[in-house]
Amino acid sequence: MDAYLVAILTIAGIYIILALALNLQFGLTGLVNFGVVGFFCLGAYASGIATESFHAPFVGGLCVAMVTGAVAGGLLALLSLRLSGDFLAIVTLGFAETIRLIFNNEDWLTGGPKGLLIMTRPVLADYSRSANAWMVLAVVLTGAVLTLALMLRLAGTPYGRVLRAIREDELVPATLGKNVFVYRLQSFVIGSVLMAAAGSLYAHYVQTITPDNFTTPVAILVWMSVIVGGPGNMLGSVIGALVVVTIYEGSRFLTPWLGFLDAEQVSALRFIVIGTVLILVIRFRPEGLLPEPKHTPVVPATRRPALKG
Amino acid sequence: MTEPRADAPPRIEANGLTKRFSGVTVVDNVSFLVEPGQILGLIGPNGAGKTTLFNLMSGVLKPDAGRLVVNGVEASGLPPHRLARLGLVRTFQLARELDKLTVLENVLLAARTNAGESLTGALFRPAAVRLDERAATERAREMLALVSLSDHESKPAANLSGGQKKLLEMARCLMAEADTILLDEIAAGVAPHLVDEIALLIQRLNREHGKTFVVIEHNIGFIRALASRVVVMAAGRVLAEGSFAHVSANPAVVESYLGQAA
Ligand SMILES: Nc1ncnc2c1ncn2[C@@H]1O[C@H](COP(=O)(O)OP(=O)(O)OP(=O)(O)O)[C@@H](O)[C@H]1O
Ligand SMILES: [Mg+2]
Repeated sequence: MDAYLVAILTIAGIYIILALALNLQFGLTGLVNFGVVGFFCLGAYASGIATESFHAPFVGGLCVAMVTGAVAGGLLALLSLRLSGDFLAIVTLGFAETIRLIFNNEDWLTGGPKGLLIMTRPVLADYSRSANAWMVLAVVLTGAVLTLALMLRLAGTPYGRVLRAIREDELVPATLGKNVFVYRLQSFVIGSVLMAAAGSLYAHYVQTITPDNFTTPVAILVWMSVIVGGPGNMLGSVIGALVVVTIYEGSRFLTPWLGFLDAEQVSALRFIVIGTVLILVIRFRPEGLLPEPKHTPVVPATRRPALKG
Repeated sequence: MTEPRADAPPRIEANGLTKRFSGVTVVDNVSFLVEPGQILGLIGPNGAGKTTLFNLMSGVLKPDAGRLVVNGVEASGLPPHRLARLGLVRTFQLARELDKLTVLENVLLAARTNAGESLTGALFRPAAVRLDERAATERAREMLALVSLSDHESKPAANLSGGQKKLLEMARCLMAEADTILLDEIAAGVAPHLVDEIALLIQRLNREHGKTFVVIEHNIGFIRALASRVVVMAAGRVLAEGSFAHVSANPAVVESYLGQAA
């Protein structure tokens, strides 16, 4: 039970990072990135290859993952950000699938469908199994907390205001002198870097990665976390990821009571439950569990608010 | 504020601007000058191409032909943010308020320099961010007061009435500290007593701060009261140009526009 809890929290921490990164791109800036899992996958393999083939320490692998994420995010952005939102959505979707296929087929580099075995762990030394698990959890949660702090800072400063303005109507910030493309590029690349970092944490946590770990359902869970939690609200993404991962991972505890279903049906049931939650949220609380925070001015208003209208 | 110097270049120099939409020439070889300190009225019937001309001047659309020079700088084909930085801002005929941002935030967005708007500033210069944001907030409140929106500052902009949204566009424009302001039917839909106030405000900004305006308006009284020069457009072309008295005596103008508007 203890081990399960640690495992679920570790996965939740990784999804929190992914959800926060997507919230920066979509929730604040309005960029539709359907390729979340592509960056996640890229980071996982980049980190795994750096540590296993090139004997980098975990931190080195993490850095390689982040740089790879930045380069991929930058290239993809340059290809498509100037164009419409729909175009970005399709390009990112294609990117995720392409990444997965490349890693599936380049056996010499990635082990192909057999997977990549990763011995390097983000822990001090070889303590007991459970101590190791706790240490990995601590590393993941540290990453999640740092990401949250970064996101709260960006969202709470005038920088975040420009991003939200771009989301609402890009022509307005543009005609007021803001370089919309640069802001979009930054937002997309920061998000990509964080998704790749999450991939690195994931790789060194599960220790065997195969291209099958990086299919569309991962992206769906991340999107659901953001939508359920509340786009534009960073704490909402944390809660959204916790809810989604708890439903998804927690369902295995229900298996004993669901003896009449086989394993595949149980895993389908998870998506049915999560999908139902999503539909209920969109129907009854479209702004998400936590709506976008109201931004209070740095100098309080001196006059009383109007009584009328 | 920037007093226009005697030898200052024209604020806007349009030369043969042309724009076609799928073969239809909507702005046809339009040339004119806007001198510093001028209030230029731009009038003409619906569909004359006035808004399209604003779109060309603010970089929202690229001209198919012609040149644009802003404050002496070659500006043909520049993107909107570059034109804004050359000191030219505009309002939109259909107000483009940022719905989910508060009224105050809509205006704050227009601040010209704000350390917190850059990524590095937001992350590494908290003191400068706070200082700039304070100054911007105080200034934004002054702008809101000018257009009588002070009481609404904490509302989401979506909750404003149509007329109030136009006033918000005006406040945002003023916040941007531009030399030249393009107003596209700023008075349309605004309560009558506020229209007079806006006219006075434009006049004051023009006289006391040397701001240059180009004003599109169907309200002829508004144009007559404000504009030192008027350009009349019809079917994409400049039909007449000169003082209000001069153009309103032009039979072609009366026939194509003033006759029906009056
Ligand atoms: N993006 C566009 N695509 C196609 N046609 C357009 C576009 N924008 C404007 N037009 C057409 O160009 C012509 C001029 O439009 P414009 O909005 O510039 O006129 P206007 O003088 O501002 O009119 P109004 O006084 O009604 O605002 C109209 O016939 C309009 O239908
Ligand atoms: Mg118009």
